[in-house]
Amino acid sequence: MIHQYKNNGYNIVMDVNSGAIHVVDDLMYDMIGQFESLSKEELIQAMQEKHPEIAVDVMEEAYGEIQELKDQNALFVEDVYEPYIDEFTNRPNVVKALCLHIAHDCNLSCEYCFADEGTYNGMPKELMSLEVGKKALDFLVENSGNRRNLEVDFFGGEPLLNWEVVKGIVNYGRELEKTHDKKFRFTLTTNGVRLNDEIMEFANKEMGNVVLSIDGRPEVHNRMRPFPNGAASYDIVMPKFQKFAESRNQTNYYVRGTFTRNNKDFAKDVIHLADLGFKEISVEPVVTDPKEPYALQEEDLPELFAEYDELAAEMVKRYKKDNEFNFFHFMIDLAGGPCVYKRLSGCGSGTEYLAVTPTGDLYPCHQFVGKKDFLMGNIYEGVKNNELREEFKKCNVYSKDKCKNCFARFYCSGGCAANSYNAHGNINDAYDLGCELQKKRIECAIMIKAAEAELDAEE
Amino acid sequence: MKHVKTLNTKKLCNTVKTGGCGECQTSCQSACKTSCTVGNQTCEHDK
Repeated sequence: MIHQYKNNGYNIVMDVNSGAIHVVDDLMYDMIGQFESLSKEELIQAMQEKHPEIAVDVMEEAYGEIQELKDQNALFVEDVYEPYIDEFTNRPNVVKALCLHIAHDCNLSCEYCFADEGTYNGMPKELMSLEVGKKALDFLVENSGNRRNLEVDFFGGEPLLNWEVVKGIVNYGRELEKTHDKKFRFTLTTNGVRLNDEIMEFANKEMGNVVLSIDGRPEVHNRMRPFPNGAASYDIVMPKFQKFAESRNQTNYYVRGTFTRNNKDFAKDVIHLADLGFKEISVEPVVTDPKEPYALQEEDLPELFAEYDELAAEMVKRYKKDNEFNFFHFMIDLAGGPCVYKRLSGCGSGTEYLAVTPTGDLYPCHQFVGKKDFLMGNIYEGVKNNELREEFKKCNVYSKDKCKNCFARFYCSGGCAANSYNAHGNINDAYDLGCELQKKRIECAIMIKAAEAELDAEE
Repeated sequence: MKHVKTLNTKKLCNTVKTGGCGECQTSCQSACKTSCTVGNQTCEHDK
């Protein structure tokens, strides 16, 4: 299967099943599109009609190159992976990552919050105790099999409302590392309101990554991320985030925003953050009930695509300049990247990755917390809902009809189970609007790689 | 080749034999929390 598209002056051909990415000239671009449906003679004839300015021997040469790529298994490769998925889904149950809901409470009142300001579908406002946090790490170690690298994200609500417990859990984790030959990678997601020097210092020592929530331009941020009394939060958090990012040497963090229908021109928000000096930026589409006035709609797609194009072109202009920056959703690893098993099976929600509530209940991921049908068990008794775990375990690219013929399937791995459930009531479907945006981002990300390769070659 | 420049050399099918160790990062722990972004992740063996 191939996918071909033009972006920012580049003709790109993705060979989906091998993962090969080719940048081709106009002639080859047109020839590849019809290579499998026409004979050689028919194809050359078609090209003579379309490109009368090009000599036939040049067409023969391009044809030969296509054939060579095919012979090298870099073009028109068949999907041979499906038989492996059964073996992979029957693997032993291992948990390697927890999202700890350290505080089901928040000091901001963000309009789009999928966590309902920490109350997740009407759960009580509460903080996780140190005892629950420690037990969660015990649960993780006990269920991690021979996986050495374990991940724990401090999430909320707002984790800094329960900072002393965060520190206690980290310290406990460091003790467990010594006795169990495990390595914890802690991460923190925060709105920044309570950030101070002591927290930054501890986080810089202990947190492998921090996610700093800010939406971009002041008016965009303040509209959706006010304090409960309606007051603006941008001026409170921005200086702290700038200081925090600098103190981490502009690495191992993301400023992370959400764009909504209120700021379809979100590229300006990304650029705003970049021009303030941030180097690691993620601004992502809102996920919410489509009835909300700020929810993205299908009719918005052309505008949103244009914004991604504009952003990608701007990043190319800034490549290797002082003002360059990294955009999370355009990150793509063409030289390496994950193995095919990871690409087929996705994020691991409900299996390798679980969310833990302040009282120790287990859910498939943070987005399912509070949905009672998705309660999986608790940290004291472990996963009790084996039927649900099996459902998540079997959720993969081949279990979703919409993904089977999609060029993006090895990059998004079938998409987010929670998005699918929220859109269709079923984790084996796909959130169509999200898919369209994901596909566009992949195209842009690959174009950026093509442009960077060209700029590198010119040096 | 004159008409094509291939950007990557690693073939996905080669990871069928080498992959599946599960030591890699969980995608939602990085930044997203609302999408599934796997293609940008690094294999622990490549580090």
